[in-house]
Amino acid sequence: MAAAASLLPPLCALLLAPLLVGVINRTKAIIAGRRGPPLLQPYRDVHKALRRGAVYGDVTSWVFAAGPVINLACVVSVLFVMPLGGITAPVAFTGDLVVLVGLLALGRFATVLAALDTGSSFEGMGASREVHFAVLAEPALLLALAALARTGGAMSLSAIYAALTPALWLALLPNLALVAMTLLVLELVENSRIPIDDPTTHLELTMIHEVMVLDHSGPDFAFIQYGAAVKLWLIGSLLVGLVVPVRGAWWLCLPAMLAGMAALGLVIGMIESAMARYRLIKVPQFIVGAATLSAVALIGALA
Amino acid sequence: MTGGMTGAMTGLPALLNAVQVVGLLSCFALLGTSRIGACIRWLSFQGVVFGLVPLILHDDGLGAREALLAAANVALKGVVFPMLLLRIRARADFSREVDPFVGYIASILFGVVALGLSVWLALAMKPALARASFALLETSIFLILVGLFLIVGRKKALMQVVGYLVLENGIFLFGLITVEGTPLLVELGVLLDAFVGVFVMGIAIFHINREFGSMDVDRLTALRG
Repeated sequence: MAAAASLLPPLCALLLAPLLVGVINRTKAIIAGRRGPPLLQPYRDVHKALRRGAVYGDVTSWVFAAGPVINLACVVSVLFVMPLGGITAPVAFTGDLVVLVGLLALGRFATVLAALDTGSSFEGMGASREVHFAVLAEPALLLALAALARTGGAMSLSAIYAALTPALWLALLPNLALVAMTLLVLELVENSRIPIDDPTTHLELTMIHEVMVLDHSGPDFAFIQYGAAVKLWLIGSLLVGLVVPVRGAWWLCLPAMLAGMAALGLVIGMIESAMARYRLIKVPQFIVGAATLSAVALIGALA
Repeated sequence: MTGGMTGAMTGLPALLNAVQVVGLLSCFALLGTSRIGACIRWLSFQGVVFGLVPLILHDDGLGAREALLAAANVALKGVVFPMLLLRIRARADFSREVDPFVGYIASILFGVVALGLSVWLALAMKPALARASFALLETSIFLILVGLFLIVGRKKALMQVVGYLVLENGIFLFGLITVEGTPLLVELGVLLDAFVGVFVMGIAIFHINREFGSMDVDRLTALRG
């Protein structure tokens, strides 16, 4: 039974990730006074894109076609080391948290290469911004995970999240709260959400992620959309697993975690409704500040 | 590898841990904020937090001495100094920006390095100061480093007063946890010195501002004969 339950985290992510995007969009629409798209709209978008044919520019090479596939493959592979709160992941080994960071970086690398391969200066600009922020966001993620590893006393994501009990929260409230704040910022940064980038804009000069994927079409674009949803779920579950310290049998954890993810969708929707996008120069400061929170938590846990 | 879970972190250590984290964050806020007014408010917040430490630290024998010390600290560093500084800022007609020599991101990165350094120093000092709370020892060294950095890293004379007061907070905290049985008179004397210091600096800034039309300490090079 335990082995079967460990399949739940990747399964939930694969099935429910687009729903999380739907929840965010719906929240934003309701706050703005509109009815908004149906919750299942992201699934329909992916489905629609999948049925279409892909168009490739004459100047692009295989790198362009490989980008979305590699990105999706990376993000989906990470799901297999990512626990869902107290439910352990199917694969767990010492140091798998580095695998998580590494695979996410590889996926980003593939996307950036694909964007550069188009030869369009517009996409090159997006790629440049993406890696500019990634340089700051990846150390922040590693610092946050290191702080969690230190407080949880383990080096594997499943073991770390199993150790994050309410008792530990009571004992190390300030440290864990700091890490949670970093993870919330990272959820926004890594997925290009509002204070960093606006996911709804399509042809403005201040965008990051949407710029890079402008030239993709058909199934490739479906992969990108689905991959982005899964990544949103992935980093979100890092945060929710920390903030919702319900541990025990899987039928106890699962509803708590799913409720937590829904709440995360609401929170992101509210943040996006309440905040404006930062000026581009402000963004690095924002990310470095978030990384600092984790550094403080880590040093607090070391001492 | 269960270092983070050391001991049952209940009551006192957890409270000290909270003070440490809040103190560290206020320092990072000071390093990363671009507005002088916000810096002064963070300084006031810091003054209140560290002013209350005497009450936490001696929870077994809480007497009039601790109460008086805490009250004097909170009143001076939390209320009087910030009000004085805000008044100077309101009087002088200059831009509200901090004007750093060292950029904000670089300052925050300096903070992280300084934090590592202070942990290392605190670890080295720990054998000699067995009774001192490690969290506060580390925090006090960090405060001293950040205070010094703010003094050299910011152009506006007002920010140098802020740096001086952060430094003062650090020294106060360090004395509090390492030296036992300091006479109350000495502690209050130190506070009085800080008060006079801030007062004199306020007057100096006022004159600098009137003479040069700005608080940039850079302008003082014009005084060379």
